Amino acid sequence: MNTMPEKHYLNEKRGWKSWLFTLDHKRIGILYLYGIMAAFLVGGVFAMLVRLELLHPGRDLMDAKTYNQFFTLHGAVMIFLFIIPSIPAALGNFVLPQMLGAKDVAFPKLNLASWYIYVVGALVAIYSIYAGGVDTGWTFYTPYSTTTSTSVVAMTLGAFILGFSSIFTGLNFIVTIHKMRAPGMTWFKMPLFIWGLYATAIIQVMATPVLGITLLLLIMERVLAVGIFDPAMGGDPVLFQHFFWFYSHPAVYIMILPGMGIISELIATFSQKKIFGYKAIAFSSLAIAFISFLVWGHHMFVSGQSQLASMIFSFLTFLVGIPSGIKVFNWVATMYKGIIRFDTPMLYALAFLFLFTIGGLTGIFLGTLATDVHLHDTYFVVAHFHYVMMGGTVMAFLGGIHFWWPKMWGRMFNKKWALLSWLLIFIGFNMTFFTQFILGTKGMPRRYYNYLDQYQPLHAFSSYGSWVLGLGFLIMAVYLFYSIKRGPVAGNNPWGSLTFEWKSSSPPPVANFETEPILKHGPYDYDKIIPERTYS
Amino acid sequence: MSTPAKHSAYLAHHFSDSIQQSDSAKLGMWIFLLTEILLFGGLFVAYAIYRAWNPDMFYNAHKYLDVTLGALNTVVLITSSLTMALSIRCMQLGNRKRTMHLLLVTLILAGVFLIVKYFEYSHKIHLGQLPGKYYTFTGIEGNNPHIFFSIYFMMTGLHGIHVLAGMGVIGWILKRTSRGDFSPEYYTPIELTGLYWHLVDMIWIFLFPLLYLIG
Repeated sequence: MNTMPEKHYLNEKRGWKSWLFTLDHKRIGILYLYGIMAAFLVGGVFAMLVRLELLHPGRDLMDAKTYNQFFTLHGAVMIFLFIIPSIPAALGNFVLPQMLGAKDVAFPKLNLASWYIYVVGALVAIYSIYAGGVDTGWTFYTPYSTTTSTSVVAMTLGAFILGFSSIFTGLNFIVTIHKMRAPGMTWFKMPLFIWGLYATAIIQVMATPVLGITLLLLIMERVLAVGIFDPAMGGDPVLFQHFFWFYSHPAVYIMILPGMGIISELIATFSQKKIFGYKAIAFSSLAIAFISFLVWGHHMFVSGQSQLASMIFSFLTFLVGIPSGIKVFNWVATMYKGIIRFDTPMLYALAFLFLFTIGGLTGIFLGTLATDVHLHDTYFVVAHFHYVMMGGTVMAFLGGIHFWWPKMWGRMFNKKWALLSWLLIFIGFNMTFFTQFILGTKGMPRRYYNYLDQYQPLHAFSSYGSWVLGLGFLIMAVYLFYSIKRGPVAGNNPWGSLTFEWKSSSPPPVANFETEPILKHGPYDYDKIIPERTYS
Repeated sequence: MSTPAKHSAYLAHHFSDSIQQSDSAKLGMWIFLLTEILLFGGLFVAYAIYRAWNPDMFYNAHKYLDVTLGALNTVVLITSSLTMALSIRCMQLGNRKRTMHLLLVTLILAGVFLIVKYFEYSHKIHLGQLPGKYYTFTGIEGNNPHIFFSIYFMMTGLHGIHVLAGMGVIGWILKRTSRGDFSPEYYTPIELTGLYWHLVDMIWIFLFPLLYLIG
């Protein structure tokens, strides 16, 4: 019979002050988790409303102006408030020091500060909704963003502030990984989630400042009309696109790389097998981070950049497929002849493999110059993006949530409800977004409020899918929150994993470990050691 | 190594020794400086593009910047970097008073830089050499001379904000030195402030020739 530890990080100190002034990375991770869950709910509601409006051509429940604001807010909230901080700031914060065998991240105060900066940025972004909303799309393209009457300044200022939060998290992680590893933990003994977070952190600190200056320039353009993005004043709106994508393309790897890290953990744990191609997976994360800085021009094939530049960007874009493919093949090879258990986290890992592969391969279509001219700005792009971001990152995030949930709270969720919720999410997701691939190839442009009758059946099917998806998430919210207080006690190592964080109690003590941990085996040595499972 | 420092007041609980702590702090600062360079990088790119498109206009417009004042400010900032570096050396030698004096001189020089900048700015505002649509000056030949001043004000303005922030940090470090927080064993915050201050100085060293010494 498993028992809860008497003292752990959740009950060592009590009261709201002990949370708001905490320097414990685990609690800060939980604070982030609440923040991003709220953002996910808000962004999700916007998405459902957008889908509801698209049920029929013409007006269903809102006018075109409101619709433009809703899809913009859906994008901005999901990108800046949910998906960028989701895995690194919430799960990464909770797990990273434990995985390294450290007591905390290198700069705990900076860690807490980054959460407060996140909250302030979120409040400024929410303020923009009251101050007139934003209807530019989350990309804020000039010249529209400098001329629209909506409150672009508040929203971009919010994103600018959120950028600092992201930079501080990345900076903290890089230093922690370099300097705080436990004795015996060499670079190639680190769990692959750490490699994923490391590659992510590099992009966070190197790309986000460029977004910062871009948004500052946009604010300057709106407030002072400095003219550098305004063709009437000798400026160049395409320069904004270059600046924006120089950040925002690497940013999509900020979103996916930590997810790939989680998948490595899940697949090795639930196959009870040494991960296949450890170094290949580790280095492919760095390779993706490196290439990510060289492909931004593929967003601009039809923006009037030179043909030569387009060809080079197209070629470089294909290169991303190589490290991504290396990862997928290694994960599949890890499962080969493994003892596979279909626990909830593994189900999400398998969903990831399936959906991310579709998302990745359709990315190749879009990176090809000739096909992109046809598919550009259609629902095909929307579908591709959601397959990678939701089918990829969100599935990995959910897998990670279910994986570390018993470590966070010491209690297990109900696996039957979890299976139902997974099934609904998987089916609902494919209903919603696979349909959009077809819509896109038939020529339905993205972001349109109205459309021709011929698209109606597909649009309706996609909207029905969003309801299935919403129901799946609703069930998940209920069983997860229920399990925090009432779930069965999970024990220290419910999944039988070999990484460090499972060696401490669940929930862990404030200092993470009772005694200073020393690494005796690699994170995936399932061929040598059979870890004890405390829950089945 | 420094085993006696192991349980000293400045060692945070999650580090195993003070070397790990100061190494971490320095690595963190260097990464922060990298992000600063990238932040300014956007403006340098904008500068490069618009100068490449309007070389004559940039040449004509730059004549309205005061080289003497710019050069004076360069000397002021480089000197402040020297006093900053010397203050760290003095703390290494355990001379708290000298450290404080040198930090104070650094602070004053930073103030002098901003005062000179104030006179330069007010002269330009007076002439109407302002960014974008506020540009009213006539007398510079070439396309869109307001772009030059947009870039000038944004680059020097962002740099000025960094000088201001630096003054705040130096003042805080000065206060901490005076209350005896630092010793030859522990002076990491002064060192980090120095790193930041040298970066602010370095950026100006690039801004000065790019803006004042065209052609």
